[in-house]
Parts: sequence; C-alpha cells; structure tokens
Amino acid sequence: MLSVHKLVVAYGGIKAVKGIDLEVRRGEVVALIGANGAGKSSTLKALSGLLKPSAGRIDYDGAEITGKPAYHLVRRGLAMVPEGRGVFPRLTVAENLAMGAYIHDDKSAIARDFERAYTLFPRLAERRAQPAGTLSGGEQQMLAMARALMCRPRLLLLDEPSMGLAPLMVQKIFETVRAVAAEGVTMLLVEQNAKLALETCDRGYVMESGAIVLADNAKTLLSSPQVRQAYLGE
Amino acid sequence: METFVQQLINGLVLGSIYALVALGYTMVYGILGLINFAHGDITMIGALVSLTLIQLLAAAGIPAPVILLLAGGGAVMVCAILGLSIERIAYRPLRRAPRLAPLITAIGVSILLQYSAALIWGKQYIALPKIIEPAQLTIFGAQLTSLQAAIFLLACTIMAGLLWFIKTSRMGRAMRATEQNPDVAGLMGVNTNTIIAFTFVLGSAIGAIAGLMIVLYYGLGHYFMGFMLGLKAFTAAVLGGIGNVGGAVLGGLLLGVIESLASGYIGDLTGGVLGSNYRDIFAFLVLVLVLVLRPAGLLGHQGGDRV
Ligand SMILES: Nc1ncnc2c1ncn2[C@@H]1O[C@H](COP(=O)(O)OP(=O)(O)OP(=O)(O)O)[C@@H](O)[C@H]1O
Ligand SMILES: [Mg+2]
Repeated sequence: MLSVHKLVVAYGGIKAVKGIDLEVRRGEVVALIGANGAGKSSTLKALSGLLKPSAGRIDYDGAEITGKPAYHLVRRGLAMVPEGRGVFPRLTVAENLAMGAYIHDDKSAIARDFERAYTLFPRLAERRAQPAGTLSGGEQQMLAMARALMCRPRLLLLDEPSMGLAPLMVQKIFETVRAVAAEGVTMLLVEQNAKLALETCDRGYVMESGAIVLADNAKTLLSSPQVRQAYLGE
Repeated sequence: METFVQQLINGLVLGSIYALVALGYTMVYGILGLINFAHGDITMIGALVSLTLIQLLAAAGIPAPVILLLAGGGAVMVCAILGLSIERIAYRPLRRAPRLAPLITAIGVSILLQYSAALIWGKQYIALPKIIEPAQLTIFGAQLTSLQAAIFLLACTIMAGLLWFIKTSRMGRAMRATEQNPDVAGLMGVNTNTIIAFTFVLGSAIGAIAGLMIVLYYGLGHYFMGFMLGLKAFTAAVLGGIGNVGGAVLGGLLLGVIESLASGYIGDLTGGVLGSNYRDIFAFLVLVLVLVLRPAGLLGHQGGDRV
C-alpha cells in the first residue's frame, strides 16, 4: 500500500533521513521505533506531505506521491495524527472534529462519524462545546485521534500517540489503535514506547540517526537482544 | 450634552468605516502574522475607482442608486483582484522568509500603489459630483444625515455578516483552523494557499466598500488618503487585539468615538490653543497607549503573539 524508496529528508543542508526504504502492506500495522532525533517524525512528515523530500520516491496505492501536498493526500485516504497532537486550540472539540470531516460533504455519513467518535471517546462528547486548548493532554490526544478518523483514512500515520500520557490513557490509546486496525485501516505507528508498539504491530522498523538499522516481524524484534538492550531497557 | 451625543454619533459612523478597514488588517495578520501596510492603499484605490465610476455614470445621467451600486461593485472587483495579485506576487514568495522581508515588501507595495494612483488620478484632490441629497434626521437633539445612517447600517451589516460567516461556515472554520495551525489544517485537507488568497480577497473587497463610504462621507478623494486611513484602521485593529476579528470591530468603533469626542472638546480643553484640526493626533495617542499598556489589545490573547 505504501512503499518508500531511498527517501531523504533534509533541513537546510542537514540530512535528518538518509535514504531509507520502508514498506507497509494493506491491512498491516507497522511500528517505527528509534531514539530521540532518529528521524521518525521527519519520515512521517515526508510521507504525509508536510515536508518535501530532498530525494527518493514514495508510492501509495499504486501511484507515486513524492512531494504531493498534504491536502491532496488526505483526499486519497492518507491521514496523519501529528506529533504533539496538533489540535486547533481555539476551535471547540466539535469544530476540531468537523475539520476532520473537511474533505467530506455527505451530511448523514458525517453525522455517523461524529456518533462513532463520541462513542469511541465519551469524554469528547462531554467536552464537545469546549475549546480544544482547554482539554488535558490525554483528552487532546483522543481528539487528535478521533479527528484523524473523521477523515476516513485507509492509511493512518500516528506520531507518538502515547507521548506524555498516564499508563491508563496509554492503554486506552493502544486499544483504539487495535480497534481501528480491526476495521481494516492500515497503520504506520511511531512510538517511544517500543514494547507496547511492537506488541500491537505486525512488523517493525528500527531507526537510528536517519537510517533503518533493523526491520523484521514485531515478535522477532521484541526478542532481539539489540532491541531489548537499546529500547526495552534490559 | 448635545455636543456629546452629536460627537458620539459622528464617531460611531466614522468608526464603523475604520472598523471595516481594520478587518482587512486583522484577518491578514491573523492568518499570516503579517502587517499588510498596503491595505490602507487598497482602500484608497477602492475610493478613487468608485469616485471615477460615479463621475462617469453621473455624467451619463444614470439614477443615483444605480450609480452607487455600480460604483461599489466596480471598486470591490478592482480591489479584490488587486488584493489577490499582491498576495500572489509580493507576499507568497516570501512566506517562509524572515518576518522583516514581507513587512518591508508591504511598505514597498504601499508606496507603489500610492504612486500608481498619483499617475492615474493626479495629485490633486478629486471632488465627488453631487448625486445624492442626504436628508437631515434629528435624534436626541443631534443631527444625523441619512447618508451617515446608511453608512453605519451597511457597515454593521457587513461586519455582522463577516463574523457570522467566520463563525459558522465551513470556509470560515477552515480560515480559523489555518490561522491556528496551518500544517495541521493541511492534513485535514485544507489548501491553505486558497484560504490565504481568499482572506486577501475578502479583506480587500470590504476595504473597497469602506473606500466608497469615505468618498461619500467626505466628498473627496486623494492618492494619499490611504495613508492616514490605513494608520487609523491599523490602530483600531491593535486596540481591539490584532488578529481578532471581533476586536477589529470594537477597536474601530471605539477609535472613531474617541477621536470624535476628543476633537469635539479639544478646543475647550486647551483654551482654544488646539483646534479640532488636530483630531488625527488621537489615533496615535491611542496607538502608543495601547502598545505600552496592553499590547495584546482589548480582546487579544494576553501573552500570545497571534489571535
Ligand atoms: N524543522 C527542523 N529544522 C531543523 N532540523 C530539524 C527540524 N526538525 C527536525 N530536525 C532535526 O532532524 C533530526 C530528526 O528529527 P525528528 O523530529 O525527525 O526526530 P524523531 O525521531 O521524531 O525524534 P523524537 O523521538 O524526539 O520525536 C533531529 O536531529 C532534529 O534536530
Ligand atoms: Mg518525533
């Protein structure tokens, strides 16, 4: 579904992503893990169209999308929950969700999407008229996730959905990831929480200083000494 | 008391025009963080275009209401295209440049518009042909012309319409989203370039109407008129909290009233040393006071750079 070939992302002259290859097949949930500054977010930004790659090629759904802008890609079913949530702070919760439905105009289907978002996260229903900036971090993360689902993605990129959340909230977010995957949405998940990520995913990539250093089944990675030492703190 | 009510009414009418122009400043600032110094001059172009149209159509013997409609429509069209082109040619290439670059460009565009206008219309004052004979109304013992009333009502209608549009429409929501986080707005499918261009068109079109109002109000037009009007509208936007649309409305009305009241009493207060021809001082006084005491403005977010 998504195929990345020799992708390079640079800021000015500095390369943050140094020619990586990456594959996500339809229906898979794939993890991308790595230390701070490894280039995970830069990779996702290039995939979602927020950053133009300096080199390489990205194919999605049978067509090249290298350098295509985000507003174009989301119409083709490629959505992203950005790092740090990125809720619109002075729009209400409901307005944020409505922004997620920006590309759709089938009123009754949008109403069903709202329904589903509020069922998935009842807390958001209680807070629907409240500016998103006044939500707690965890609530904002729920909102960011719910909003991305309003786009009706076929491929969802998630950048550290558990960042800064309490354990219970982390469980809730990962439950949602599994539920969304069960609906058939393909996902690429960037996470600091390597253990949970690999337990949730089918396959995983490990990134270090802009390069992919390991790629394997999630189970194999979980038991690999290299991963256990570097990312699972053993 | 009579002077007070009279000056209050004059102030509200003039202030409603300031508010219309202030909206253009504040919308562009909200979405780009750019003070579009050329906006006052876009209003000037709107004023002069409508003046010329009124002259031509009046000479052709067309009835006044039709003339006003056509003049307003023509000015709106010219200014909308002008705003769109300025954004495209002057500002968009500098979108990712350091902030000072588009600011200096804005001043350049302002000067360019002024001298283009001087070339087209000359440097002399242009008088409005007498096409309407406003009726005198009296409320609370104060005088009000039907023209003043019409200007005020139309300005309020436009402002209410704009606030409603931004608050409730899909496009308005996308404008607010783009203003708060352009990258994420893009992820939601918003083409932020379109939204930014639309913001310029909207601000310029409203500025054009304000230009027509100024021409009708003062009966004069001049290639340099956009400078003072722009500075006052900018002051109004800062007073209300730049980037905040409701703030621009409040700031405009308030500035008009302050200016009117102050100039009405300045003679008495200074024992006749300063006359009402010093009225323009007050806008700057207000600007300085706001910047010192409450830089975020009345409705601005304290501590925040943007809306
Ligand atoms: N806008 C930017 N300008 C310059 N350098 C940047 C920019 N964004 C990221 N970088 C650099 O690129 C490198 C990779 O950053 P990136 O955000 O992709 O890492 P990451 O793997 O997501 O890290 P984290 O786990 O901390 O989120 C870092 O060295 C970072 O300093
Ligand atoms: Mg990151």
